[in-house]
Amino acid sequence: MKSLVFLEHYHGALEKGGLGVLSKAASLGEATGVVLGEDAASVAAGAGAFGASKVYVCDAPELASPLPQPRVDALATLVEQTGAVAVLFGASVLSADVASGLAARLDAGLNWDLTDLSLADGELVGKRPALGDTVLVDVGWKSGPKLALIRAGTFDPAESGGTAEVESFETTFSDFSTLATLVEQTQEESSGPSIEDADIIVAGGRGLGAPEGFTILEELAAALGGAVGATRAVVDAGWYPYSTQVGQTGKSVSPRLYIACGISGAIQHKVGMQGSGTIVAINKDPNAPIFDFCDIGVVGDLHQIVPKLTELVRSRG
Amino acid sequence: MARPIDFAPPFGARDAVGAPTDPRDERIEVGVAIVGGGPGGLACAIRLGQLLEEHPNVRERLGDVPIAVLEKGKQAGSHLLSGAVMNPSPLRELFRGRLKTADFPTYGEVPGEAVYVLTRRSALRIPPPPTMRNHGNLIVSVSELGRFLAEQAEALGAAVLPETSATKLLVEHGRVVGVRTGDRGRGRNGEQLPTFEPGSDVVAGLTVLAEGTQGYLTAAAIDQFGLHGANPQIWALGVKEVWRVRKPLRKIVHTMGWPLRTSASFGEFGGSFIYPMGDELVAVGFVAGLESADVEFSVHDVLQEFKTHRLVWKILGGGERVAWGAKTITEGGYYSLPCAFNAPGLLLVGEGAGLVNVPRLKGVHYAIESGRLAAEAAFRALQRGEVPSRVGALDSYDESLQASAHMKELREVRNMRQAFDKGFFMGGALASMMTVTKGRAPNGRFPTHLNAAAPLKKTGRASRYPAADGKYIFDKLSSVFASGNRTRDDQPNHLKVRTTVRRPVAEAWQWMCPAHVYEVGRYVGDGMVTVDITPSNCVQCGAITAKGGRLTPPEGGSGPEYTVT
Amino acid sequence: MKIAVCVKQVPDATVHKRIDPATKRLDRSGEAALNPTDLNAVEEALRIKEAQGGEVVLMSLGPEKAVDSLRKALAMGADRAVLVSDEAAAGSDLLGTARALAGALERESADLVLFGQASGDGDGAVLWAAVADRLRRPVVSQVAALTVEAGSVTGKRQTEHGYDVISAPLPAVVAVSDAINEPRYPSLKGIMSAKTKPQETLSLGDVGVDAGAAGEAGAKTTVLDLGAPPARGDQVKIEDDGSAAQRILDLVVERKLL
Repeated sequence: MKSLVFLEHYHGALEKGGLGVLSKAASLGEATGVVLGEDAASVAAGAGAFGASKVYVCDAPELASPLPQPRVDALATLVEQTGAVAVLFGASVLSADVASGLAARLDAGLNWDLTDLSLADGELVGKRPALGDTVLVDVGWKSGPKLALIRAGTFDPAESGGTAEVESFETTFSDFSTLATLVEQTQEESSGPSIEDADIIVAGGRGLGAPEGFTILEELAAALGGAVGATRAVVDAGWYPYSTQVGQTGKSVSPRLYIACGISGAIQHKVGMQGSGTIVAINKDPNAPIFDFCDIGVVGDLHQIVPKLTELVRSRG
Repeated sequence: MARPIDFAPPFGARDAVGAPTDPRDERIEVGVAIVGGGPGGLACAIRLGQLLEEHPNVRERLGDVPIAVLEKGKQAGSHLLSGAVMNPSPLRELFRGRLKTADFPTYGEVPGEAVYVLTRRSALRIPPPPTMRNHGNLIVSVSELGRFLAEQAEALGAAVLPETSATKLLVEHGRVVGVRTGDRGRGRNGEQLPTFEPGSDVVAGLTVLAEGTQGYLTAAAIDQFGLHGANPQIWALGVKEVWRVRKPLRKIVHTMGWPLRTSASFGEFGGSFIYPMGDELVAVGFVAGLESADVEFSVHDVLQEFKTHRLVWKILGGGERVAWGAKTITEGGYYSLPCAFNAPGLLLVGEGAGLVNVPRLKGVHYAIESGRLAAEAAFRALQRGEVPSRVGALDSYDESLQASAHMKELREVRNMRQAFDKGFFMGGALASMMTVTKGRAPNGRFPTHLNAAAPLKKTGRASRYPAADGKYIFDKLSSVFASGNRTRDDQPNHLKVRTTVRRPVAEAWQWMCPAHVYEVGRYVGDGMVTVDITPSNCVQCGAITAKGGRLTPPEGGSGPEYTVT
Repeated sequence: MKIAVCVKQVPDATVHKRIDPATKRLDRSGEAALNPTDLNAVEEALRIKEAQGGEVVLMSLGPEKAVDSLRKALAMGADRAVLVSDEAAAGSDLLGTARALAGALERESADLVLFGQASGDGDGAVLWAAVADRLRRPVVSQVAALTVEAGSVTGKRQTEHGYDVISAPLPAVVAVSDAINEPRYPSLKGIMSAKTKPQETLSLGDVGVDAGAAGEAGAKTTVLDLGAPPARGDQVKIEDDGSAAQRILDLVVERKLL
């Protein structure tokens, strides 16, 4: 199956999300990439290493700002020119709007929030979780082009050591696509990701014993480049801010790694994090419900284990 | 010995009664204000709507909003929970000439019934006692019934206002002139959040209180107008689950005995019900009086224990729990009824007024009937050009209630519940005598004893509760989740309890509460401990009010979201 | 200034959401409520109206009973509601929904079209960009702060790297995130007046959409099968004997999580 993968770049480097989708697409057939915007040509070649046989680029000035609608124009042109049958996107704030706009433009089907792609009888099939990640649905397309928006962080970029031919293309822009303009762009010097964006979350519950218990979690999170989360019970008790509360009345998160420290695993918490990729639970009570649904269950004293883990992570470099 | 009542916060009319405070032009004027969107309040709204439809001249006098029903749940039915097997006559009467039984949302007539006395390993079938014969009665979900009745009420012109709690009874010059609704958007310490929306004074010529069990304004009104009955009111706690089952159940089941203990010293009175809801669903519930003496007595966990009996396993095994809920049931019966059901500008309807027949396990039809009678009395008062707030204007309501067949039923079992204070066997014997003599013997008025006055003791009750497995046996937090409760965490605490109490009292609350709201905190010396409270778990069952605390109306829209209970 | 807010009814977040095994679609027979982030969009619209005057119209696509869930937004202060309700629209995919909404929006000629950012049931999660394309108007999404003045709208858009400030001339389509505001509680007066506010129900034909272009028939995507959740795989249980931290690290590295 031949696919076209939307690749984003930031500050001169191709973004992981798109490269992950590219690697997956390359495993399913022939994969090409498309890079749009300033410096597109200079970063595009790098896509070859991740499975692209060819990368299309366009760096028209209308594409300089990170806005979706000019990209819809460009992709629509490219799809028409190349006859692409499947267009794949790794989800991001920008790509979601592009995928949706493109679907409307091409009158094409879009399946989103996919956590897997495969071929069945040569046809593309997507998998998407539903109902709070408790059910998995197989989805398909009735006709082409087939647009797919894949959940962020689903696929890892896999270097296959190939090279890609870079081909420039041109496009016109609709009158309305360039109406929105970028006034200002700010990069946030944050002290780490927010829990909604984090790939790794270290969360604490009552088992911490006291608000000071969060210090060791913060250190582990910092070492891992992740965020700190909290249960309702400790937020209620004033140990940590509500913005970090994970659960039914807090936030829903699905990081690749969720380390639950001193958390019993009541269902109100579980529904906020059960979609996480890998769940590690550290609790001194072997009967805690969290041990029923975690991937790695550790019965022990978190006050010993967590600092030691932080040390080991740091010494890894 | 510790007793919860020793720690009860004082409550009286002054806490929930007062004059309107909004400037006159900001008050919301309605014709008749009905507090409570349950079967009682909605039956009242429906009957009144019917009468006003037939008499537009009276309707005109009630202004732009002739009937308003204030419901604190997210929608009608969100806070309704019952068994239920309902006597259909009052519902039919309410819709006579307009709807047929087939139009009501029910699960059909009772297909058959069985009563068992259980021991741990066996189930002895006994002939249904006369109070438990249900031929011709309908199986319903009172939550579904509530939604249906709300639609009917709206079709007849009533304004049903969800997410609206009533926190104060407005009284001026000795007359009820309406209710004040609760604030929304306050924080944990009562501070005003950016979304703060103050309550409003809803003024009406006539106010109907149909609040159901533990009615907050009803208790205040009874105090304010001196309407106390002969016996103090008492309550039981009912905890219920709805299951999707593999094979249909074809009869209703009631049980007595195990897992409750029969000796009077334990104060464990109650039993279970198992009702089919169509072919796919089964409702199973356990009801036990709140005078239980054991600190570790937990109806939530007794229900889980009950489910381990072979009889229940055969029905529920392999199925899936789809809902859970808990609510108190008013148990005092005839002698605990208020001495009058009306006051100037006020009518008391349904379970809030004590109209529940515990030996028959029936109350929904009383609510509907009293709601209907209240509407008719109100209409008569309005029609005559009367002012409902004139003393005596609403006496015809009391008269019609007392003359009804339902009141006669209640009177016949007036001492039956109290008899079980003497334990299962003695109580059973006395109950039989009362049944045979239609209540005339034994003579006199058996007293009730306040639930919270029962001294507490420990007998290792908790060791019998089965461990939760998340599939058949559940823990309290899972159950709270299954009630649909997702109350915001930073609401003000709506539960008035002392937070430093004798240890047995704190433990009793921790076990009693089906939603795990109370937890024993830390020891502060002198046999006293603190109590940690998680108000957002509260499913507003009302148990705490019976046991030394008080449930006050929380922010409208919070609490459980029942749909099939 | 006319502001149209596109809202969606979703099954209420009580426990038992299920996918109907027969139709393989979300079982919507339970009681329904408005998608929670749509309330943020309604709130933003009301704030703009309060500051500048105008009208707030709710637009929705759904079954007839969706009217009930619109009431809450009307109670908050929206002026009227338009519901596109047509049997042929059941099972519409992103395109069918976008077509119907765009058709209804064209009838209204709103100055500003608002969406809430996320949907509780995963449907319509990226609807606004498709609608904007059909309307041929600019779109700004993920907006955490919004100002409207002098015929244009300026939004602070949260991205993975920080935030961008984007400006667009009206008419424009904006999708707001739940960080933008705290939706108000309806006042009692608002709740009481909601029922009397104008509510219009339109068919697909009324909004210029062919029955075949919407609903299941017009859908370009399809649900093939339902499955159990992805099995969590074998669980590793560790009792700490001093080496737990190392073992956790090893396992996490093995699974390429770092």
